[in-house]
Amino acid sequence: MTFTVKVLGRLLVTAMLLTAIPLAIAQTGTLRLPRTVEAGSAFSIPTSGSGKAVLYIVGPAQVLRREVKLGESISFAAGDLHNAGRYVVVLVGESSSENGAFDVVASHPASLSFLAKPSRLPVGLQNGISGVVYVFDTYRNLVIAPTEVSFELAGVAGAGQTRTVATRDGVAWTKLNSATKEGAAQFIARDGSVSATRVIQQVPGDPCRLRMNARLSNQKLQGQKLSGSKPGDQKQEKRLTLETDPVRDCGGNAVPDGTIVTFKEIYKDGEATVDVPVKRGVARTEMPAYPGATISVATGVVMGNEIRWGK
Amino acid sequence: MHKTLLLVGCSIFAAMLGFAADQTGADKPAVRLAPTNTVGPRTLEKQTETAVVRDYLEAWHNMSAALEQNRAELLEADFVGTAKQKLSDTIHEQARLGMETRYRDTAHDLRLTFYSPEGMSIQLLDTVDYQVQIVDHGKVLSTQPVRARYVAVLTPTEVRWKVRVFQAEPQ
Repeated sequence: MTFTVKVLGRLLVTAMLLTAIPLAIAQTGTLRLPRTVEAGSAFSIPTSGSGKAVLYIVGPAQVLRREVKLGESISFAAGDLHNAGRYVVVLVGESSSENGAFDVVASHPASLSFLAKPSRLPVGLQNGISGVVYVFDTYRNLVIAPTEVSFELAGVAGAGQTRTVATRDGVAWTKLNSATKEGAAQFIARDGSVSATRVIQQVPGDPCRLRMNARLSNQKLQGQKLSGSKPGDQKQEKRLTLETDPVRDCGGNAVPDGTIVTFKEIYKDGEATVDVPVKRGVARTEMPAYPGATISVATGVVMGNEIRWGK
Repeated sequence: MHKTLLLVGCSIFAAMLGFAADQTGADKPAVRLAPTNTVGPRTLEKQTETAVVRDYLEAWHNMSAALEQNRAELLEADFVGTAKQKLSDTIHEQARLGMETRYRDTAHDLRLTFYSPEGMSIQLLDTVDYQVQIVDHGKVLSTQPVRARYVAVLTPTEVRWKVRVFQAEPQ
C-alpha cells in the first residue's frame, strides 16, 4: 500500500513538473535574479508588475523575508546576505508566485584557520612539521576560489624555509623540516595581507656522540668498613671521577638536562652500573677505581668510549 | 483561468504527496561515494571513511529536522563551530519570522578530498539533490528541487565526526 502511494506520488510529481515547466519558465523569466552575489555585498532584485508581494530568500545558512512592492527594485544593503551558499528565492504575490535560485559566494580572504603540528619536536626531522590552513572571509565563509598561501618557518639560525601552496576547495597544507638548531621558530601562514603565526619549539635531538674521561678523585672517599676491624679503622678506597664531554645531538645542540647517561664498570669480581642525569650539559659520577676494570658509557642507543683502568 | 487554478492545485497536491512519499519510505537518500585513492597527506582508513560518511549523512538528517521544527538543539550532536552557529542563526530567524523550511535530501554524490596530516579535519565534497519546501505561518509557499555542491569540513570529537564547515558553492 505504502509502495503504491509512493509510486503514485512520484508519477504525479513527474507529471506535474512536466506540465508546469512552461509556467516555471514564465515565472523565472520575470524574476531576474543575479547568478551569484558576493557574500555581504549590496545587491538588488528588480521586479515587474504591480501590487504587494513577499520575497523569500532561503538557504540553510540564512533566511530573509521582505515585503515588497512589485514593479520596484528590491535592494539589499551590504551585510544583509552574508553567508555563502545556494539560496532558493520565492516571490509570492497576491495572485501568483515566482521561483528562482542563486548562489552567494565567499568574499576575499580575511582570516586563516591555521593548524600547525606538533608544537614541539626534535631538530633535524624531515617533514616533521605540518601546517594546514583553511581560508575564510570576513563572514567566516570558506573561500573556495583558489588562492595562494605561503608557509614560512623562520626565526631560527640559518635560512628559513618557505613554501607556497595554492588552496584547493579552501584548504592548503604543507610539510616542512625542523631546523638544525634548537630554539623557538615562527611558523607563519600568509594569504595576501592576512597571516597567522604559530610557535614551534625545536628541541635537541637524541645524543649523537658521547665521550668520557676518567681521573682519580682528589679526595679519597671512605670505603666499606671491613668486618672485624675496629671503629675508625676504615679501608680507604680509591675512586674514579667519570665525566662526559658536553653531550650533544648530531647538530651540535646540547641535549636537555635530565637526559640519562649510563656508566658501567666491569671488574674482576663483578660489575656496577650507575645512571646519571645530565646536568649543565655533562654527566658526572664516581665509581671505585678497581685495577684492570673496564668502564663504558652510553645514552639511549649511543655508545661512548671505553676506558680500561690501569693495574 | 480554471486551467491555471487546476494546475496550481495539482502541483501543490503532487508536491505534498511527493513529500509524504519521501517521509514514509524514501527517508534514506541514495548515496554514492567516489573511490578515495588519495586524500592528501594522510592515509584514510576504511573505518574512518565509513564513520565520516555515516556522521555526515546523519548531520543532513538532523539539520533537516532542526530547520523544519525550528529546534536549534537538534544540531548539537552533529555540528560544531561556524556551521552550528550559522544554522542556529537561521533557525532563530525562521522562528522570529514564523517560517519553517523542509529539506529533503534525495541523493548524495560524495567525494572525500582532504584528510589533514594529524587527522584533525577531513573535507568532503557532496553534490546533493534535495527539495526545499518553504512554509510561512503554516502555509506551504513553494517546493523547489535543488542540486548543489556542498563543501563540508568535519572534525573529530570524542565519539563522532562533527560538521564544522557546511557550505554550498556554485556548481
